[in-house]
Amino acid sequence: MGKTVLTGKHFWYGNIAIAEGAIAAGCRFFAGYPITPASEIAEHISRRFPQIGGIFVQFEDELASMAAILGASWTGVKSMTSTSGPGFSLMQENIGLGAMMEVPTVIVNTQRGGPSTGLPTLTGQGDVMQAKWGSHGQYEIIALSPDSPQEAFDLTIRCFNLAEKYRVPVILLASETIAHSAGKVVVPPEDEIELVYRKKPKVPPEEYLPYRPDEDLVPPMACAGEGYTITTTGLTHNEKGYPDTTAEAQEKLARRLNDKIRKHRKDIVDVKEENMEDAKIAVVSYGQVSRPAKRAVKMAREEGIKAGSIKLITIWPFAEHVIHKWAKQVEYFIVPELNYGQIYLEVKREADGNAQTILIPRMGGTLFTPREIYQEIKKVNKK
Amino acid sequence: MKQETRKEIMFTGFGGQGVITAGYITGQAAAVYDDKESVLTQVYGPEARGSACYSGVVVDEEEIDYLYLLSPQVMVVMSQDAYEKFLPKLQEGGVVIVDSSLVEVDERVKKYRLYKVSATEIAEEMGARIIANVVMLGFVSRIWDAVSVEGMRESVKSRVPRKHLDLNIRAFEKGVELGEKALAKEC
Amino acid sequence: MSKQISKEEKLEELHPMDKWLRSERMPHIWCPGCGIGPTLYAWARALDRVGIDKDKVVYVSGIGCSGRGSGYLNVDGFHTTHGRAIPFAIGIKLAKPELCVNVISGDGDLFSIGGNHFIHACRRNDDLLVICINNFIYGMTGGQLAPTTPRGQYATTAPYGNIEHPFNTPHVADASGAVYVARWTSIHVRRLEKSIAEALTMKGFRYIEVLSPCPVNYGRRNKLPEPDDIAEWFRQSSVVRNGADTSEVQIEKDKPLILGNFVKRVEKLTYYEGLKKLEERVRGAR
Repeated sequence: MGKTVLTGKHFWYGNIAIAEGAIAAGCRFFAGYPITPASEIAEHISRRFPQIGGIFVQFEDELASMAAILGASWTGVKSMTSTSGPGFSLMQENIGLGAMMEVPTVIVNTQRGGPSTGLPTLTGQGDVMQAKWGSHGQYEIIALSPDSPQEAFDLTIRCFNLAEKYRVPVILLASETIAHSAGKVVVPPEDEIELVYRKKPKVPPEEYLPYRPDEDLVPPMACAGEGYTITTTGLTHNEKGYPDTTAEAQEKLARRLNDKIRKHRKDIVDVKEENMEDAKIAVVSYGQVSRPAKRAVKMAREEGIKAGSIKLITIWPFAEHVIHKWAKQVEYFIVPELNYGQIYLEVKREADGNAQTILIPRMGGTLFTPREIYQEIKKVNKK
Repeated sequence: MKQETRKEIMFTGFGGQGVITAGYITGQAAAVYDDKESVLTQVYGPEARGSACYSGVVVDEEEIDYLYLLSPQVMVVMSQDAYEKFLPKLQEGGVVIVDSSLVEVDERVKKYRLYKVSATEIAEEMGARIIANVVMLGFVSRIWDAVSVEGMRESVKSRVPRKHLDLNIRAFEKGVELGEKALAKEC
Repeated sequence: MSKQISKEEKLEELHPMDKWLRSERMPHIWCPGCGIGPTLYAWARALDRVGIDKDKVVYVSGIGCSGRGSGYLNVDGFHTTHGRAIPFAIGIKLAKPELCVNVISGDGDLFSIGGNHFIHACRRNDDLLVICINNFIYGMTGGQLAPTTPRGQYATTAPYGNIEHPFNTPHVADASGAVYVARWTSIHVRRLEKSIAEALTMKGFRYIEVLSPCPVNYGRRNKLPEPDDIAEWFRQSSVVRNGADTSEVQIEKDKPLILGNFVKRVEKLTYYEGLKKLEERVRGAR
């Protein structure tokens, strides 16, 4: 058997770090379809899984890949797929099924420019709202966004942990920038990596109801072949898992599916705040934009401007309480995004008139330079 | 203002010359073997062979907060196309290392510090044109203080197939030697 | 409450197959004359006949009338999205190979929206038993045209008669590399059961098409309105031809329905077996 956790210091592309993060998290089922700029994740896993005993399948499309990782997860095996915009669009139907059936699984979206085929080889952040609202109906999902290969490794593990904890598909919103840049990744010893596993039923099969939640709103999960004779469906269902297509059943189920995420917002949300103590201008950024944003704030500080940075590591659920808190202190939020304003609107909503929110939009393709963001800070500072 | 510790190098040439690999080996040398911070970025297009391409490596003592090249101090040029296309990106007064077997320089090069290394010819003499980039890496490790010769050597070793290890190491040492000579000449 | 329990006990006494049913979910949603019930009966009997542990049986379905079956049978049941039953089932089977994984779904689900998954699963030889309950129509959504509706027949989206060329599904499966291909009807319950039992003892992608009446949404529009009119059509037109060339079993209006066990291939490696061999090779080389 090959080594599963490659403890040590590495120089990895983001895509490799994601694949190794998944392996370290215990993922042993991968289904996917080739797409730029995500393919290296599948390629790396196809090379590594035979060494460590995982199942790799290159499917006929992303529809099948997404369906297969749900099926695999129903046996108790941690599963994952990776894709980019066009494939992510195709996966939406079964991301919805995953939310409805409450299946722990991880979807990596290495974002490129869109819409449609768009910019296959260049970066973007246009899929942020799609990650939240991509499938139909009212549901909540979790999404994290890394800004470096190291974070890509760490956050992939966290994606699996959150998926298992809350029985929900979790999305890693990566990007071409991270996928195709290499950097130092330190992999800790195996026993220092904290792994979470889904709750199993504590009652015998005759007393088990597959969709009766515990107090945390998450139901323990019996898997296929364990003697619990589970039944599950994408239809609105009752605690037995039987279809119950009534308004009452829908109210109960859909509300819980949302609340199990919303009520744990503070557990799920992770942000990194720097220079915020006395900040009057806060740059709110995420993913690949966080690094130039951080440097821009540094440049502003050197000029004596009271700037700070809030880096969103968790994108969904949104860090409402964080923005809400800082809105009382800062005068401006500046949101540089590789889109025409997606997280900007969330920030503005939470600022709720207490601070002004300014968007620095870019449609994708290239990343902001630190200077571009710095100049915006300077401009705002003069107001 | 704090002393800038950020260092940047750009490898340029045409697809298939190992320009990306050279960047990777350099970045890995800095991050893994010299225990600094480093980032490799590259142009990434649908073309696999023949077109002008580059990779960029940033090396720093501290966390790198912008991963693309801002102003490279060193540029390795391995094709005429790359010379035409990328030379203006080099920081004024920066170091340009050309593969003199493939690149003819003109007066534009005067504002930089120029080194000529006939990497491709040397590689061909050793029997494998493909290792021209390794000759360059040896040279770079000697004349650029962002990475150590030892770190670069280890990094080269980790990236080449075992059966070609000797050849690659010979190519590398040749580059180091040429770097040594170039520096000695300047003294 | 006590009344209900005694009713269930009585049902158990009455029917030995009851262990396969979630009796508390009866009555089901299917119409009188529908062929889904008899097909599932034949499937459950075949599982019994082969002696497969009920706790190891997995039933995956897609969307449509037959999609509901996974919620009525007393096994691990997965009612998935439209067309995706096969890849969902592949995920289960590959991740837990000791399970007996069955996909039972409709012709629209498996051959229209899910057609691509069907042919690729045949090609890869994924280890599944796939049963297509073919009623020639979209039943649940109200009688729209299916990829199996015979030429000239009527549907709510083909009010002037079908101008398309339907799939000959056993031929699709055969040409795509399925290791077992058969066709029966829901009135040939015993032969269907035997065929399913045979398929259950094999590995690889096994396909059985079951022609099934839909009196309400197919029969009513095609001069077969009574609950047993289509069954009668099956009875009169069926010709059993085991080993028939699948290219010659196309269903056409007013022509005989060719039934039988058509294809049986033995030596084809499944995807999982290939993967295990690959693992050995990779680890051996290290």
